[in-house]
Amino acid sequence: MTVKTKKLRTRRHTVVLSRSAGGDFGITIFLIILGVIMFLPLYYVVIQSFKPLDELFYYPPKFYVINPTWDNFTSLFTLMSESWVPFSRYIFNTVFITFCGTLGNLVLSSLCAYALSKIPFPGRKFFFQLVEKSLMIGSTVGSIITFIIISWLGLMDNYLAIILPAWSSTLGLYLMKNFMDSNVTTSILESARLDGAGEFRTFWSIAMPMVKPAWLTLIIYSFQGLWNSGASIFIHSEELKTLNYAITQILSAGIVRSGAQAASGVIMMAVPIIVFVVSQSKIIETMGTSGMKD
Amino acid sequence: MAKKTKDATYNGNMTKAQWTWLLMKRYKIGYFMIAPFMILFFLFTVIPVVASIFVSLTDYNMLQWPNWVGLNNYITLFLDDDLFIIALKNTLLFAVAVGPASYLLSFCVAWFINELSPKMRAFVTLIFYAPSISGGAYTIFSYIFASDSYGLVNGWLLKFGLIDSPILFFQNTKWVMPLCIAIALWMSLGTAFLSFIAGLQGLDRSQFEAAAVDGITNRWQELWYVTLPNMKSQLRFGAVMAITGSFGFGAVVTALAGNPSVEYCAYTIAHHLEEYGGSRMEVGYASAISFVLFLIMVGANMLVQKLLAKVGE
Repeated sequence: MTVKTKKLRTRRHTVVLSRSAGGDFGITIFLIILGVIMFLPLYYVVIQSFKPLDELFYYPPKFYVINPTWDNFTSLFTLMSESWVPFSRYIFNTVFITFCGTLGNLVLSSLCAYALSKIPFPGRKFFFQLVEKSLMIGSTVGSIITFIIISWLGLMDNYLAIILPAWSSTLGLYLMKNFMDSNVTTSILESARLDGAGEFRTFWSIAMPMVKPAWLTLIIYSFQGLWNSGASIFIHSEELKTLNYAITQILSAGIVRSGAQAASGVIMMAVPIIVFVVSQSKIIETMGTSGMKD
Repeated sequence: MAKKTKDATYNGNMTKAQWTWLLMKRYKIGYFMIAPFMILFFLFTVIPVVASIFVSLTDYNMLQWPNWVGLNNYITLFLDDDLFIIALKNTLLFAVAVGPASYLLSFCVAWFINELSPKMRAFVTLIFYAPSISGGAYTIFSYIFASDSYGLVNGWLLKFGLIDSPILFFQNTKWVMPLCIAIALWMSLGTAFLSFIAGLQGLDRSQFEAAAVDGITNRWQELWYVTLPNMKSQLRFGAVMAITGSFGFGAVVTALAGNPSVEYCAYTIAHHLEEYGGSRMEVGYASAISFVLFLIMVGANMLVQKLLAKVGE
């Protein structure tokens, strides 16, 4: 694959002479400046998290650390251990919600995407259109009635109030369905069906292995959303609240804790960023089929 | 797609309804497979949106049986609720400032990095994409723009003698909106950005060679006549993501400037909705607010999709 791209690249430069040196230079400068702007805030929080107390209050603030220290991280954990509900509980809540929400979303969305993409039942276009339209509207519009429905279902103050809506999040389904449209050919499914495999078997052992990049993308989107979920209007009990919420609460108590706050920022952002680094190529592959048809 | 005639055989005398019924029976497994997702999707997404239209015509408040009030909620909203007008203005301002800019930025960056080597491209993608996934990363800006001399910006401005006393960035009506817009832009290179990168990578190279032979001489012509028309479907998807992102704004403001922000200078529809739906439990009135938001978003989507249809013409 890399060899092929290389060849095309060189060919491109000999055949297509539509690149001016000035343009290339301008674009490089633009990218560098913009890249620095994007990167600086994230860099700054990392730097802050390693500054000892006296450097945090240095005037004017420095862009580097003189004596890096883990103090902020240890003080974050000390603060955590002093919290009213054992801190491990918040961690458990976030991990539990993230795991269940993501797993359910993956299973339900894959099943639904497979049926919408590969089984020609009447009405499937309508259902997919609804999914597309829901992407256009976002979650704010229905939030009030969703709140009422969740309280009617008796899901208030229950993990399910967060998990069940996450199961029906539509972006993953949308990406998975489009990916199946262009990566799972009907002829393969037909031959499996002729061999007597049922629809569920075809789905599980033929189609699913072919859409692994889309799984991963769905998992990551779901993970990011749930991992970062903070205070929820559905959860009142302290012992059901999430890590993100707990950290925000602990740290809202003033400037003395700004070092610990930076440390928590580093921990919270490290997880999604590492996950993205590992899975970037698969996500881009999935996004290749994300286009919306007319 | 299986051919329709494969299993269920079409008999020339059938009406359309009979034929559909036959297909429904033949492919009933499809309904079983979508059911678990669709039931939850209807419950938490479709029904709430549709129901809010009807509820907005009542005075439902979760305690008493609702009364039909016709368009009263909407009349109050537009004629008698100054805060709503402020929220509407701010929301539109945010959307107009953030939506198109983030869309253009996502596309330009994706386009500029398209010809880098794969490793370099992956690295640059990470730098630009990281702010949008790092969760509460925007709280960093509360130290960068902190209101004392230990804040990064104030510290250096004081040091250079540009200001005499620290600026209270998030308590100053002149600063709150521009800062929140800038921060929203900073974290806006998200799903659309990735979709553009992938779309550009997937373009058929032979088309560019053909275009060069046909006399396309610079990259801007190439962009307009070859690149953009070939990735229209990505452009549409990206627009949907950008619009949803630019209207669903509120969390950033609340985290940095508080709710309500100083003199309501960054008060948005999302805040107003929270106030009436969440705190005051005036569900009927809140539904009217959300229906207005719904109409604005549908309108924005229609407008943008119409504009995109003109690309490459």
